[in-house]
Amino acid sequence: MKAPAVDYVRPGSLAEAIDLLAKSQDEARVIAGGQSLVAMMNLRVAVPRLLIDIARLPELTAVADDTEAVTLGACVTHAAIEDARIADPSRGLMPKVASGLAYRAIRNRGTIGGSLALSDPAAEWPGVLTALDAEAMLCGPTGRRSLKCAEFTTGIFETRLGPDEIVESIRIRKLSPEARWGYVKLCRKSGEFASALAVVVCDRALGYWRVVLGAANGAPLVLESASRVVSEGAMGQLQEAVRDDLDRAADRHFDEFQLNLHTVVAMRAAQQALS
Amino acid sequence: MSEAGGNAGAAHNQASSAVRLTAIRIRLNGSAVADDVPPRLSLADFLRERRNLTGTHLGCEHGVCGACTVLVDGEPARSCLMLACACDEREVETIEGFAGDPVIDALRRTFHQHHALQCGYCTPAMLITARDLILRQRAGSAREIRDGLAGNICRCTGYTNIVTAIAEAARELRRGAANAQ
Ligand SMILES: Cc1cc2nc3c(=O)[nH]c(=O)nc-3n(C[C@H](O)[C@H](O)[C@H](O)COP(=O)(O)OP(=O)(O)OC[C@H]3O[C@@H](n4cnc5c(N)ncnc54)[C@H](O)[C@@H]3O)c2cc1C
Ligand code: FES
Ligand code: FES
Repeated sequence: MKAPAVDYVRPGSLAEAIDLLAKSQDEARVIAGGQSLVAMMNLRVAVPRLLIDIARLPELTAVADDTEAVTLGACVTHAAIEDARIADPSRGLMPKVASGLAYRAIRNRGTIGGSLALSDPAAEWPGVLTALDAEAMLCGPTGRRSLKCAEFTTGIFETRLGPDEIVESIRIRKLSPEARWGYVKLCRKSGEFASALAVVVCDRALGYWRVVLGAANGAPLVLESASRVVSEGAMGQLQEAVRDDLDRAADRHFDEFQLNLHTVVAMRAAQQALS
Repeated sequence: MSEAGGNAGAAHNQASSAVRLTAIRIRLNGSAVADDVPPRLSLADFLRERRNLTGTHLGCEHGVCGACTVLVDGEPARSCLMLACACDEREVETIEGFAGDPVIDALRRTFHQHHALQCGYCTPAMLITARDLILRQRAGSAREIRDGLAGNICRCTGYTNIVTAIAEAARELRRGAANAQ
């Protein structure tokens, strides 16, 4: 189908974009890559009155690289991450993730900030950014605030982003040279949305270990017991720990098949990280 | 605010339901083109209906089939998921625009030789996608080519001949490059 009638503006600065958004509230949506929003408009599940095009705002395409972290502007594309055209704080994890996310034509336009803002439960970035303990910087009419990505997504397409806020950037702490990661996405065809997704990050130098599941019927699911077992390197106890974590997540209503998929991806990702 | 973007200065008028036209200037297949478009118009419909460039095909209109793939600023993009107004000040190339391009020439030849199309609906986007795979050196093996074509659906061929044709074109071009050195 075709998108419904809509107005369009392309502001020249982030401040102008925030102002436009605050003035029109529910009527307006920001558009970054449009790779989800235009599809939703074509399907008529999104019917905004005004599109505020933020894709080219210099504040949102900037990348800052300091000693501790890399800060990616929200409008950095999946393809730029895939090609490592920008600094990579994750020692190869993020390029690997990007290379299997959707298809190249979509990666060329789709953005990391758009992906996080939308928080599709089957999307990669919310889970991967949670595993990397990243922080999102949100900008609204009253100023800025930062939020851990682990707290940003609250459910299926649900986040703590206010209606008048824009994701400005994402700050990702650099992994140390000792860090190891594992990443497994299960899908039937390359580039499809995941049916199961696991990310494991272990960084002994930072004293940091985290096992996270995506495509988990809600926000990314941090597996606490599994993270502890991985930190101890006790692979023999891993499967039981993953099952315990999944049992505790009763509110996700996983069926047997999903439980099996999640266990398999978590185990494989942990093995990758620890091997 | 870029000049050609046109309408950020005029505040959005919530009372009016009339949608403003947006002025765009794009470089289309090498030529400068200017138009006033309704913002909801997709790049695909702009190309097909306003420029009569009907080599860009529409299958699903939500990003899945790949039939509408064109180049935007030199990179493959879904023209069904891009608004024409968002292409202002960008470069767009469609299958009609590759005259003399050595990679497309090689691909056209090998698609012909290997019978890599039947109805031809997917073909323009297959060529544009394959060109990008070759240029990014992602056409080294059948497996890599299949991976790179995951976002382009062909309902006729079963893909085998398409993969063969792309592998052959990639080989030809590599040989050509090696001989030139
Ligand atoms: C066929 C297909 C397959 C796909 N497969 C995958 C996949 O496997 N994995 C995956 O993760 N994604 C996939 N995607 C989605 C893709 O990654 C999108 O690029 C991404 O979800 C949204 O990014 P965008 O920049 O295109 O956002 P847009 O489509 O422009 O916007 C999406 C939403 O986020 C809001 N938004 C955008 N940017 C911001 C911001 N900076 N601040 C606040 N709000 C913002 C918009 O208002 C809108 O509501 C797929 C898409 C398609 C069409
Ligand atoms: S028509 Fe654009 S991807 Fe199918
Ligand atoms: S040749 Fe008919 S869809 Fe590919």
